[in-house]
Amino acid sequence: MTSIFDSLQESLAFLNLDLFMLLSLISLLGGTVIFLVMAVNALVAVYFERKVSAFMQDRLGPMEVGILGFKGGKKFWGGIGQTLADAIKLLTKEDILPKSSDKFLMILAPFIIFSGAFLTFIGLPFAQNIVISDFNIGLFYIVAMSSVGVIGIILAGWSSNNKWSLYGAMRAAAQIISYEIPIGLSLLLVVIVSGSLHLGDIVQWQETNRWFIFHSPFAFLAFFIYFISTVAETNRTPFDIPEAESELVAGWMTEYSGFRWALFFLSEYANMLIVCIVASIVFLGGWLSPLHLINIFPESWYILDGPALGFFWVSLKAVILIFVMMWFRWTFPRLRVDQLMYVCWKVFIPFALANLFFVSLWELIF
Amino acid sequence: MEANLVDKSVIETGEMVLNMGPQHPSTHGVLRLKIHTDGEIVSQIEPVIGYLHRCFEKHCEKLSYEQIVPFTDRCDYLASMHMDHAYSIAVEKLLDIELPDRVEYIRVIIAELQRIASHLVAVGTFGLDVGAITPFTWTIRDRERVLDLFETLCGARLLYNYIWPGGVSHDLPPKFIERTLDFLDYFDPQIDELNNLLTTNKIFIERTADVGILPPEVGINFGVSGPSLRGSGVNFDLRKNEPYSIYSKFDFDVPVGKGEMGTIGDTWDRYYVRVLEMRESAKIIRQACAELPGGDVHAALPKKIRPNAGEVYGRYESARGDVGFYIMSNGKNIPMRVKMRSPAFCNLSVLSEISEGWMISDVIAILGSLDIVLGEIDR
Repeated sequence: MTSIFDSLQESLAFLNLDLFMLLSLISLLGGTVIFLVMAVNALVAVYFERKVSAFMQDRLGPMEVGILGFKGGKKFWGGIGQTLADAIKLLTKEDILPKSSDKFLMILAPFIIFSGAFLTFIGLPFAQNIVISDFNIGLFYIVAMSSVGVIGIILAGWSSNNKWSLYGAMRAAAQIISYEIPIGLSLLLVVIVSGSLHLGDIVQWQETNRWFIFHSPFAFLAFFIYFISTVAETNRTPFDIPEAESELVAGWMTEYSGFRWALFFLSEYANMLIVCIVASIVFLGGWLSPLHLINIFPESWYILDGPALGFFWVSLKAVILIFVMMWFRWTFPRLRVDQLMYVCWKVFIPFALANLFFVSLWELIF
Repeated sequence: MEANLVDKSVIETGEMVLNMGPQHPSTHGVLRLKIHTDGEIVSQIEPVIGYLHRCFEKHCEKLSYEQIVPFTDRCDYLASMHMDHAYSIAVEKLLDIELPDRVEYIRVIIAELQRIASHLVAVGTFGLDVGAITPFTWTIRDRERVLDLFETLCGARLLYNYIWPGGVSHDLPPKFIERTLDFLDYFDPQIDELNNLLTTNKIFIERTADVGILPPEVGINFGVSGPSLRGSGVNFDLRKNEPYSIYSKFDFDVPVGKGEMGTIGDTWDRYYVRVLEMRESAKIIRQACAELPGGDVHAALPKKIRPNAGEVYGRYESARGDVGFYIMSNGKNIPMRVKMRSPAFCNLSVLSEISEGWMISDVIAILGSLDIVLGEIDR
């Protein structure tokens, strides 16, 4: 499996740059691509979320703002330019820092959160070979990087010098660190079975055997533990207690506005995309076509499984999972802090540990 | 083994005072709560009110009896009809006049529609307080239909000035009864839908059952009334216990909290009593619509209200509880003194009693379940 990084290195070799310049150029290109992916993801996902929530709540959602005069009319895709307009509004907004805040940390915090999400994308494959850099410990890297953001959240909450922010930050720290554990344990199960931390190898295993979600009852359970824990990890309802708009006003981002707040938003939706892509790669067969599951198509229909369609399948699976996350958000009430901790420490972690034990037995027997 | 991990001489520990409101998403208006917290646990709550004080009672001493009606509208702005009705009942008691049957029936239909509208806001915002956003938009959608009905009735959607001492401002518009019945047919399944989405949701029950238990004797001591008291299992409803208007003619039940999901008097009970009351209101409206007599709605409307010297206290079961208007007259066309008993004020007073020891999230839920309206508390 090659990566974008390697293939760029090969194809740009004709420039005859020295290695340092070449690597800088490639990193710049890769970074731009990641940033574009994050920005486009946020734009699309916010619009999607608004429309999903609107249809669940018996309303229309944004219907007025179009792009270059194209409004979409009264169709369901009306208001297509709304999130773009919102982004422009956020970028042109006055930048407010409270007088008594710790200015350095407050400015720093959004960038730490943003880098956490940004760096995760480096190891995240969107399809076979479409990955910025191909690690042999990809899964470990992603899990490690996606928990960097919590430092930024704590800094943001603390430096704002606002009691609501402080509450939000403390809740977020407790929640995100706790939910790292069931996530790690569920992913460990996959690693035990496939024997690799390399995401390409994990999909390879699923290609030769079967999707991990159908591997065993334990893996099936692990998928749900993973998915629910990631909902908590990304601070979404019913686990959105760090933001909890009806309790903590806006939680740890109460004092933020404009561009800094936009960065939070960007990373939040990027994190959603990351966890959903990881779920679809690790448990749902990644870039493998789901049509192979039912096995009624002739082998000659190989095109359904090619590298070109791999991106489509990963995205489709991720979008479905993102939709389920949104569905949660617009259906469920919010848990309380102690209930959230109860779910994590007394339900998910014991179950995940038991899962791990039984799947090891399963591997021994079968 | 006594390990003192935190050296108290170096690290200062203490309660944090959290200032919730007056601008806060969940204080239902401009209420300010000074919350003393130890981590997430609340040790003391001081509600601070008065941010919406509009000198209602003082204004009443300068205005004639008719002119007070729009001011009563603005007290409980989510149930304006109830305020008008309560005030009108007190003035009619002072004047000692008999109303035509049609007026009484219209008033009952309107009052119960208003109760549905008000409870819809209450249960919707309660869902919002515990984090469920969708039920709120659904209940607001249904409330909109009640407001549409009221708009055809008197042109206003929030502050109606419809029920006057001695009658109502206009007769019912054509087809009003049909449209009301249509709404009720539409509305009954919506309650089931709400129950499916919110009431029986596992997370919702976890959040509300056994939380903020209001024991009946505490509720009575604090003067809590209305659905908040009935949630504690006390069967006290002025429509039954001290029937005014023509409520004794109708067949309806008074739902009380039974502790189905936890303990009697918990937050869930207070919420569910409101849901059940909407069904009972629908029942009353159907009966009233079926029996609506004809006649003139202005027959008893006095040209100028100038009661004899005296004093009167009228009680009324509004959507929040027991509204009382105490009116003192000295024989002029301007009342000497008007005192209003605000149910939400008494309901709020019990907040600090029942929410100490719970978490901040629970305080929000308990406050939401008491269903206060600041316009009425501050007056």
